[in-house]
Amino acid sequence: MDFARHLGAAEVGYGGSARLRPLEFLPWILALAVYFLAPSYLALGSYVLIMILFALSLDLVLGYGGIVTLGHAAYFGFGAYAAGVFATNATGDPLPGLVVAGVAAGLLGLATGAVILRTHGLALLMLTLAITSIVFEVASQWSSVTGGSDGMHSVPITPVLGLFKFDLFGKTAYLYCLAVLLAGWWLVRSVVHSPFGMALSGTRENDARMHAIGAPVYQRRLIAYTLSAALAGVAGALLTHTTQFVGLSVLTFELSGEIVVMLVLGGIRRIYGAFVGPIVFLVARDYLAKQSPEYWTLGVGLLLVIIVMFARGGILGLVDALVGRAAGRKD
Amino acid sequence: MPALETRALCKSFGALTVAEKIDFRLEAGARHALIGPNGAGKTTFINILTGRLAPSSGSVLLGGEDITRLGQSARVKRGLGRTFQINTLFRELSVLDNVALGVAERTGIAGRMWRAASAHRKVRDEAAALLQSLGLADDARRRVLDLPYGKQRLVEIAIALGLKPSVLLLDEPAAGVPSMESTRILEVLNRLPAGIAILIIEHDMELVFRFAKRITVLVQGQVLCEGTPAEIAIDPRVREVYLGEGHG
Repeated sequence: MDFARHLGAAEVGYGGSARLRPLEFLPWILALAVYFLAPSYLALGSYVLIMILFALSLDLVLGYGGIVTLGHAAYFGFGAYAAGVFATNATGDPLPGLVVAGVAAGLLGLATGAVILRTHGLALLMLTLAITSIVFEVASQWSSVTGGSDGMHSVPITPVLGLFKFDLFGKTAYLYCLAVLLAGWWLVRSVVHSPFGMALSGTRENDARMHAIGAPVYQRRLIAYTLSAALAGVAGALLTHTTQFVGLSVLTFELSGEIVVMLVLGGIRRIYGAFVGPIVFLVARDYLAKQSPEYWTLGVGLLLVIIVMFARGGILGLVDALVGRAAGRKD
Repeated sequence: MPALETRALCKSFGALTVAEKIDFRLEAGARHALIGPNGAGKTTFINILTGRLAPSSGSVLLGGEDITRLGQSARVKRGLGRTFQINTLFRELSVLDNVALGVAERTGIAGRMWRAASAHRKVRDEAAALLQSLGLADDARRRVLDLPYGKQRLVEIAIALGLKPSVLLLDEPAAGVPSMESTRILEVLNRLPAGIAILIIEHDMELVFRFAKRITVLVQGQVLCEGTPAEIAIDPRVREVYLGEGHG
């Protein structure tokens, strides 16, 4: 009856069951189907997987934590650059690169979060924007390390585990992204369903009450923010590893905005909204850009207007409502 | 030793004094009410007790320990629970989760990340048992925002009880509840564990006089008088305050 629950959505909490539901296998089956059935789309596919991981990291703070940020590209981009610098100067082995990028972005998240999370609302939003600008400027000016406005080209990446070489068709890249996304998804899912995740939801729902039950609100939010930043950094590193390129576009306000749009489009605070949003947004953009190279942004804009006007819970919210209505009729 | 005590507690916002030298004692297991006209400083007093506001001077003692400088969380951990005059609940979460969040904080598992919340059976069972005792068992799975207002007031109390407080501050538990339902709240209050010292602020005088064993009257930030309900009922100064400035 409650489709949202079947999708593992919202808070399962202390009363429900956090066991995997059959529908939760669907994204992975689809992802493998794309690998076998649409080999010419693997480059786009990898990018979608990376954005899903990025959107998942955002869902943790924005959806569950209720921390409205427009600066999450700072951590994504920081991770991407960390992976680039690490591969160029230390080793091109991607797995240590992921760890380094995750830790680096996590530390940035901890340091900036410690400041940002002392504020609320608009002040917080402005600070997230400011931090992205600062990181952008550093990457732009420090050209001896980051390549400045040219970015870092042909970042040397060795085969994954020393076995799987990144090929021209993007097969390895796709599976690599899929494997990391699987790990990231499991992490976010576990955290969201854990007591910590519930407490995080509590801070979103009612700050005053969380203080009144003796919860260390600031500390909880900072941990979530750090975790989310680390995950965004890992997503950024995936982009570096699979494209062997890092440019300033990973640190832009546009990317910060786009990832919020993708998450909201899919539906926040549902885990799988972070899957649906990037798929629909990026596939639609890819399609529209081919159909109409000049006016495709209009199409994407219309899509968003429709979603915001008619489906406040995003696409999954809409699905919920429709399924709910159908079930209601049956009863 | 009193469960909760204030000594010469003062609070002023600029020129406005909202608490003036309040000496107050809440005995262990007390059923004590704090009454007074609007603007007497009752909620300010509660906020100072819980640590939401810092006093300008004076001290707050919980079980003999000076907690004046402690933050809200530290006071909760030491056994000081509260409810709010305006519902302060996790509206989108289930009734069970509202209570379980508090139980999880008290038992120290709220920071755990790996196992699912639902795997922590002890927390869930304790929250469920508490809801049962308040007659909310059938509503455990409903979201708070779908509950009628009167039941939401009971959830306020349930969350506070989940913290196993030694002192419970009830800020107008029956506020906004029609008088029919306020009897239901009184029933619940009367069945609270005898060991908890309770301080209640309430405008519903019928409820106050039926529940409290002692009453303190606060006027303009000062204690006007204190006594049993019978003494307060016949005190001419209290009648003066409540029945009108017209006599003056």
